[in-house]
Amino acid sequence: MNFGFTDEQELLRQEVRKVLDAQAPMAEVRRLAETPEGFSRELWKQMGELGWLGLTIPEAHGGAGLGWVDLVVLLEEAGRSLLPSPLIATTLAAATIADAGSALQQARWLPRLADGTAIGSVAVLEAGDRLDPAGIQMRGAPVGDGWQLGGEKRAVLDGAAADLLVVAFRTGDGAEDIALALVERGAAGLRIESTPSLDATQRVARVHFDAVAVLPDAVLGTPGRAAPVLARLLDRGAVAVTAEAVGAAEQAVRLTVEYAKQRVQFGSPIGRFQGVKHPLAEMYVDVESFRSLLYYAAWCLDEGDAETTRAVSMAKAYASEAFSRIGIDGVQLHGGVGYTWEYDIQLYLKRSKWVRPTFGDADFHYDRIARIRTEAA
Amino acid sequence: MDFHLTPDEQAFRDEVRAFLDELLPPGRHPSDPEFLSTWQRRVREKRWVGFSWPREVGGGGGSIMQQVILKEEMAKRRAPALGTCFMGLAWVGPAIIEYGTEAQKQRFIPDILDGKVQWCTGYSEPGSGSDLASLQCRAVRDGDHYVVSGQKIWTSIAMWSQWMILLVRSDPAAQGKHDGITCLLVEMDSPGLTVRPIRNMSGTSIFAEVFLDDVRVPIEQRLGAEGEGWKVTVSALAHERSSIAEVEGLLRKLDELVELARASTKNGRPALDDDGIRRRIARFETRIAAMRMNGMRFLTKQLKGEPLGADTSINKLHRAALEIEMGDLALEIQGSDGALEKEIDGGRWQRFALSWPEVVIGGGTPNIQRNIIAERVLGLPKD
Ligand SMILES: Cc1cc2nc3c(=O)[nH]c(=O)nc-3n(C[C@H](O)[C@H](O)[C@H](O)COP(=O)(O)OP(=O)(O)OC[C@H]3O[C@@H](n4cnc5c(N)ncnc54)[C@H](O)[C@@H]3O)c2cc1C
Repeated sequence: MNFGFTDEQELLRQEVRKVLDAQAPMAEVRRLAETPEGFSRELWKQMGELGWLGLTIPEAHGGAGLGWVDLVVLLEEAGRSLLPSPLIATTLAAATIADAGSALQQARWLPRLADGTAIGSVAVLEAGDRLDPAGIQMRGAPVGDGWQLGGEKRAVLDGAAADLLVVAFRTGDGAEDIALALVERGAAGLRIESTPSLDATQRVARVHFDAVAVLPDAVLGTPGRAAPVLARLLDRGAVAVTAEAVGAAEQAVRLTVEYAKQRVQFGSPIGRFQGVKHPLAEMYVDVESFRSLLYYAAWCLDEGDAETTRAVSMAKAYASEAFSRIGIDGVQLHGGVGYTWEYDIQLYLKRSKWVRPTFGDADFHYDRIARIRTEAA
Repeated sequence: MDFHLTPDEQAFRDEVRAFLDELLPPGRHPSDPEFLSTWQRRVREKRWVGFSWPREVGGGGGSIMQQVILKEEMAKRRAPALGTCFMGLAWVGPAIIEYGTEAQKQRFIPDILDGKVQWCTGYSEPGSGSDLASLQCRAVRDGDHYVVSGQKIWTSIAMWSQWMILLVRSDPAAQGKHDGITCLLVEMDSPGLTVRPIRNMSGTSIFAEVFLDDVRVPIEQRLGAEGEGWKVTVSALAHERSSIAEVEGLLRKLDELVELARASTKNGRPALDDDGIRRRIARFETRIAAMRMNGMRFLTKQLKGEPLGADTSINKLHRAALEIEMGDLALEIQGSDGALEKEIDGGRWQRFALSWPEVVIGGGTPNIQRNIIAERVLGLPKD
């Protein structure tokens, strides 16, 4: 039994922290958030060179062939810095191609996603905001051996920057009749519309499909049989977002603790008052607890463990709920300065608003946990 | 990261399971006295009583991992306790092993292991609860005795105990409030010692007031040096492990809660079909899993030889909230009958819903745990 990180993983953490502290300090993050693209192409290139983008991509395709436990280390640090980058989007696209793509599809895309010359993303969610297969209403119209897609996908992570989208669509009326296809930037009929987020360090887009052609060689795996692949994609997404949430929430607590130590009122640092120190203690308890759940979920993903879905849901449910509260309490405990644009704590509150719904909010995941428990009995 | 057991650990787990299969086959009701005495004899033969203690003193010399496996397997089957001298095994014994003289070890440890005695804990006083170090019970040296006068309160099982581990103030002039405290081992039938049971809110009596009026305690019953009582007891309380056994207990409770929700109705439907109730149960399940995973992380630290520090307060807070909220949801699911004393299941849930203070207050209150985390982990100023 060992629930800790290896020396290599600790080294990775140090490296990531060092690079991000130097290249993406908060002033730089704030600057990037105001640029049209929202992230630094230069740093992105460097992330590719450092091997961060291909961390979980197989070695045969130019990646490091590591697991989700390793990725968690990277994402925690990215979350701590509120690093704006299409890292999660690209990792999820690559993982799905590695999971269900043909040898040809893998050889074509994975090396480019690994070195950052291509940015990937996943287009799943639609207007109904449902994450289960039934929520996928976009119907592929059969055309020759392929399909034609019409409709709209929402909350596509870094959609505006993406060179490649993994798109989920429906092939029939059966709940599980799901297919996944690769659609490239610039495809005829594809229009990508940026939708500004509350959290400016996080870019999302709405993607419009107007008779977009999907040729047979663009389909991942067997059309109509992709529901399990989609389910794994959503689990990975929830783990990735939770990993960033751990880093971000921990940093929000740290900022608030530091503030509580130096702000003096009634002749004492406010951190001496229990109305301040007890919420801070609760925040710490929560971060450590969803961190533990996250590590377990990542380990389950790597092991292909039967517990994976339940473990993922627990981590994301707890994180969605707790990080939201941490964002609010963090701002509140800062007093008036917490409400200013200048102080960083507000950026973490905004991040929590993005984390909460992305890949399922607390209710979505609690419902899944309840279903697993009551169906097993 | 790896949650798999090593082959040795697996072998040990299989040994425990085989033992449980033999003694606790399904359907066996583990409460008849004859069974319980066989059980205690057999687990003692296995050296699973005092399993973490060194073999020289009669313990089992189990590794940290083996202790966890043993506790976990036992809790999963709702096995009876390993040994009967609860406080002796939990902290009095460990304190004696660490600070006791050779004579004290020989005198006290075997009886604790064999369950021949019961120990109680005389720390809290009417004026000293959370602020335990302010305790006033006085001990004055008189030749080869201490003469003790004062009062203790909330002393669990005092009325059934033969011995008490007692904290007294031996030097009122000492500088800090943690100095000048001494730890004594006192016989409950000593002249001048009286016990008066206190009735608690569930109507039973498990704790008592203990009055000491010039009670003479021989100096060879002092544990550790004079004035070192605080250190002796603090280190003994730190013997509490990483809460993995508590997790199993909570999981069994959760199973029962799910069954209760299945069997009860709300708005004409099974309560288990109600979204609100389902989510609350899923939330408990998530908190319990968080405790387990936190426990695993603490355990990993322990296995690397790192101190646990204030980490255990995290799971104490989770456990406190779970004990309160799970009992409360049970009564809520029962509706109007939940407010009756014994209408459902003989009042089992009512008793559960009224007993959380044993865990929530007895082991240091949630506010105190929050102070510990805020001050020792986050480095906030003391209040
Ligand atoms: C079932 C049970 C069994 C027990 N068994 C034993 C036993 O065997 N031996 C023994 O010695 N003791 C025992 N105790 C006593 C137990 O350790 C004390 O009750 C506990 O430490 C709290 O002390 P108190 O009751 O004096 O409450 P107080 O310390 O008076 O606390 C009252 C309230 O004030 C809060 N509070 C106190 N100080 C602070 C602070 N600094 N900051 C914020 N809030 C604060 C507390 O959180 C609590 O909510 C037992 C208690 C119970 C309930």
